[in-house]
Amino acid sequence: MIPAAFDYVRAGSAAEAISLIGQHGSDAKFLAGGHSLLPLMKLRLAQPSVLVDIGRVTDLSYIKDAGDHIAIGALTRHMDVEKSSVLAQHAPLLAHAAGHVGDPQVRHRGTIGGSIAHADPASDLPATTLALGATYVVQGPKGSREIKASDFYLGFLESALAPDEMLTEIRVPKMNGAGWSFQKFNRRAQDWAIVGVAAWRRNGDSGVALVNMGQTPVLASSVAGALKSGASIADAAELAVAEASPSADNNASVEYRTHLAKVLVRRALEQASA
Amino acid sequence: MQIRVTVNGVEHVSDVEPRTLLVQYVREALGLTGTNVGCDTSSCGACSLHVDGEAAKSCTLLAVQADGAQVTTIEGLAGKDGSLHPMQKAFMENHGLQCGYCTPGMVMAATSLLKEIPNPTEEDVRIGLEGNLCRCTGYHNIVKAVLACAGK
Ligand SMILES: Cc1cc2nc3c(=O)[nH]c(=O)nc-3n(C[C@H](O)[C@H](O)[C@H](O)COP(=O)(O)OP(=O)(O)OC[C@H]3O[C@@H](n4cnc5c(N)ncnc54)[C@H](O)[C@@H]3O)c2cc1C
Ligand code: FES
Ligand code: FES
Repeated sequence: MIPAAFDYVRAGSAAEAISLIGQHGSDAKFLAGGHSLLPLMKLRLAQPSVLVDIGRVTDLSYIKDAGDHIAIGALTRHMDVEKSSVLAQHAPLLAHAAGHVGDPQVRHRGTIGGSIAHADPASDLPATTLALGATYVVQGPKGSREIKASDFYLGFLESALAPDEMLTEIRVPKMNGAGWSFQKFNRRAQDWAIVGVAAWRRNGDSGVALVNMGQTPVLASSVAGALKSGASIADAAELAVAEASPSADNNASVEYRTHLAKVLVRRALEQASA
Repeated sequence: MQIRVTVNGVEHVSDVEPRTLLVQYVREALGLTGTNVGCDTSSCGACSLHVDGEAAKSCTLLAVQADGAQVTTIEGLAGKDGSLHPMQKAFMENHGLQCGYCTPGMVMAATSLLKEIPNPTEEDVRIGLEGNLCRCTGYHNIVKAVLACAGK
């Protein structure tokens, strides 16, 4: 399967990428690792007329300790997130989740920025960064702005990014020794989660987010709220789907997803509390 | 668009349409048909080759993305005199293939894996090859071959 024809331009920097995307209008798209976009283009579910390749903007591939948070460049590949010693120390939940994206070939090419910008509710890193209370830095023709992960996801594959804005950095608060867990339930290795849960817990505080439980990644605020007011893990986990709106597909019915979410949230909290 | 790619040590300068997939480029433009297309939807790993030393699925890469890169296909693993790469030998000796369709991709994924984890456990190998499917379900012997190549 071959994508529909398109024009290809290459950006050497974020500024150049933003100017190119502005120049080519709403039919142009950024190409990062291509591991979400190219499969869609091959199926002709996406037919951009211009691709602006940002894969060579290597100065946006970094993982830095920035004091209270870790700053991750949008072009950092899943494999580099997985293997990062900085993240192993300060945000092990994210490193671990990145190691569960697809397979090694996918992790060699796919980027954290592409995964977040794509805003797929079934993807692992949008929900994981949401659970961690991350902030995304985006840059557009008028300068840069910060968007909280909790304000970023608007609908299925829809985010607060304007078409001429580029995601440049992901800021993840340090976990400061919090317990954590990543539960990914699937039937075949390499697959997306049927349901997934990213969770952390430290003293009274916690963060829980769900993968593939609605049109967007879902922050399970009710679970965190219940834990804060002293509920048991079992009782809190019963609230797993309070914010979710799962749909049915070939893998799971709504009832099954709902059941899985509660079970996986309970397991995640038990592991994060151990 | 003009690209310059070094494939198996030989530099090629080619004019390609931007939509040309890397697998199409190596198979059709360069005639290196050892890299197979299985699923064509980035699931099976049959099309795995190395880009700058790391396994990648060439059905999900554009040739223009490999501009300037070092690409190695299964044809580039064996020695100039035809002597097999240790991974190829290990697959042969451990009966790591049946029909052979998945084999080039398996071997490329396995050599990339051993670069990242030189001393893998059986579980490392099974997880490390999760992007590669074998329709003949020869997984046991494939894992055995990779472990043998790693000296286990
Ligand atoms: C076989 C396979 C299995 C997979 N399994 C999983 C899985 O289990 N879990 C999972 O989470 N993901 C999975 N993925 C998806 C993978 O994680 C992708 O790498 C990721 O979703 C997209 O990143 P990319 O860099 O490839 O982005 P691309 O495909 O290049 O881009 C995706 C979209 O984001 C836009 N974009 C990219 N970067 C930016 C940016 N910096 N600013 C603004 N817009 C941008 C593009 O225009 C495009 O619309 C899988 C993919 C494959 C092929
Ligand atoms: S042909 Fe590329 S992954 Fe199957
Ligand atoms: S040997 Fe036949 S597909 Fe693997």
